[in-house]
Amino acid sequence: MDINDVYVRKKHALQVFFTSVRKTAPAELLTCKGCGGVFSKEQAQEETFICPSCGAYLPMTPQDRLALVCDDGSFRELRIRAPKDDPLEFPEYRGRLSATRSKTQQKDAIVCGTARIDGLETAVAVMDSRFFMGSMGTAVGHAVCTLTEHAARKKLPLVIFCCSGGARMQEGIFSLMQMASTAAAVERFKNAGGFFLTVLCDPTMGGVSASFAFLGDIIAAEPGALIGFAGPRVITQTIGGTLPEGFQRAEWQLENGMIDLLLPRKRQKEAIARLLRLNRPVKDGAAFFREEE
Amino acid sequence: MEHSITAYDRVKAARDPARPSVDAYVSALFEDFVEICGDRLGKNDGSILCGIGFFHRLPVTVIGHRKGHTTEENIRFNFGMSGPEGYRKAIRAMKQAEKFGRPVICFVDTPGAYPGIEAENKGQAAAIAESLACLSGLTVPIVSVITGEGGSGGALALAAGDRVYMLENAIYSVLSPEGFAAILWKDAQRAPEAAQAMKLTAEELLSVGICDGIIGEGEALFQNVDDTLRKALTELCPLKTKALLRLRTDRYRRFTGPAVRSQEAPNA
Ligand SMILES: [Zn+2]
Repeated sequence: MDINDVYVRKKHALQVFFTSVRKTAPAELLTCKGCGGVFSKEQAQEETFICPSCGAYLPMTPQDRLALVCDDGSFRELRIRAPKDDPLEFPEYRGRLSATRSKTQQKDAIVCGTARIDGLETAVAVMDSRFFMGSMGTAVGHAVCTLTEHAARKKLPLVIFCCSGGARMQEGIFSLMQMASTAAAVERFKNAGGFFLTVLCDPTMGGVSASFAFLGDIIAAEPGALIGFAGPRVITQTIGGTLPEGFQRAEWQLENGMIDLLLPRKRQKEAIARLLRLNRPVKDGAAFFREEE
Repeated sequence: MEHSITAYDRVKAARDPARPSVDAYVSALFEDFVEICGDRLGKNDGSILCGIGFFHRLPVTVIGHRKGHTTEENIRFNFGMSGPEGYRKAIRAMKQAEKFGRPVICFVDTPGAYPGIEAENKGQAAAIAESLACLSGLTVPIVSVITGEGGSGGALALAAGDRVYMLENAIYSVLSPEGFAAILWKDAQRAPEAAQAMKLTAEELLSVGICDGIIGEGEALFQNVDDTLRKALTELCPLKTKALLRLRTDRYRRFTGPAVRSQEAPNA
């Protein structure tokens, strides 16, 4: 399953036309959660999945996101053997899991692979908020670790688009262990000289933010994304008050020194490519000046 | 009756304010203990105790969640709920232990990391993530004992080491049973049922390898903890750094399934 897409530059907008994408019915409509506006998939793609009326993020699949940042047809999905389902044997979980799988056409809440971003070969993962709110259970943890190990072996930079409500409750303590395993995997990758970029999308919370998401060499975020450890509801219940306007949003986190930069959708690919180029290892610094002469 | 103890009975026992806190373990097990304070960034979080002491003449670093027994103590220790400053102090203590080659012993007893505005503003998520990253590469043995509540990422931040032991009435879970029931069933009253489904008792966690051993409570509690720590360190201290880190990585990696070589799908 790869994305067979064609980019066409038109004025300043980046338009994406899909020549063949599985399961994308031509009449697929997306509803904006912000204003209730309804858009065709093509319109949404043109607007980089941002509602033209109210500015809210429109629902998108991992494939939609990959199409926004990867070079045409360059994405190769990593087939990662998923661990056994339902380690906790939690009531009704298996049924909900298979229903979500057939609805989203995804195995779990993450898609991993390699792609070129402006010509640069990169290991990429995209989390899928439609799949149990993008929560991390054993399948996501295993995928993040496996992709990270793959990136280390192939000496590729690693970019993860994070989007998650936190730990997968239905997998209980096994989800908690994924925080330790993913943190360990990215730490090893970074210590071996790999460049790790995380892009925190709306929302990035709990067990994902408190593990690999906040361990990027560079931590970027999409404007307006909700980012934090505890959710706003839990905090208001604990402190018994209201939260300040803009609390835990990407701009707030930038102001508090928790993230490096904002990455708006429109020029995201360009910005990511620039970060990848800037963070390549330098071996012989003086050689760069010799070449100039 | 032994067989009639429910998971929720364990939850209640784990939360009993009369349970010994980290200070009791420190005075019972370590000699010449010196507390070290502060994150060097502007705060000393009272909810995590850090220090250095002798364990059978071996210098060790001790880190533990701190709960109080009086109202004044509870406020000072924030009921064992730490902020980012606490985890950053713990990281500082771990790095210092690494420098001198001394093992790290953690006592875990927290309902979870504190969910508050200031904690979020100062990077609760980042601090826990950094603690996990630090533990994963620390070149000295790390032994954790869950003495009461092992709540969520706030507990894991001091429990992602080489060995994790649990007291017989300790619990360890992704979230409190109340929070779990509230999220999944929209009904916090169903906490006892949640506790049952979550597999949070020492026995259940031993059976899946998340816990390495159960420590008996009662009169001999401190002696039992002493024996367990001594045995664990006797096994871990002789290991070469590479082997120690390999075993630690595998310990957590195996909960995600085997580290198989991934295959790239063909393009077409
Ligand atoms: Zn809208």
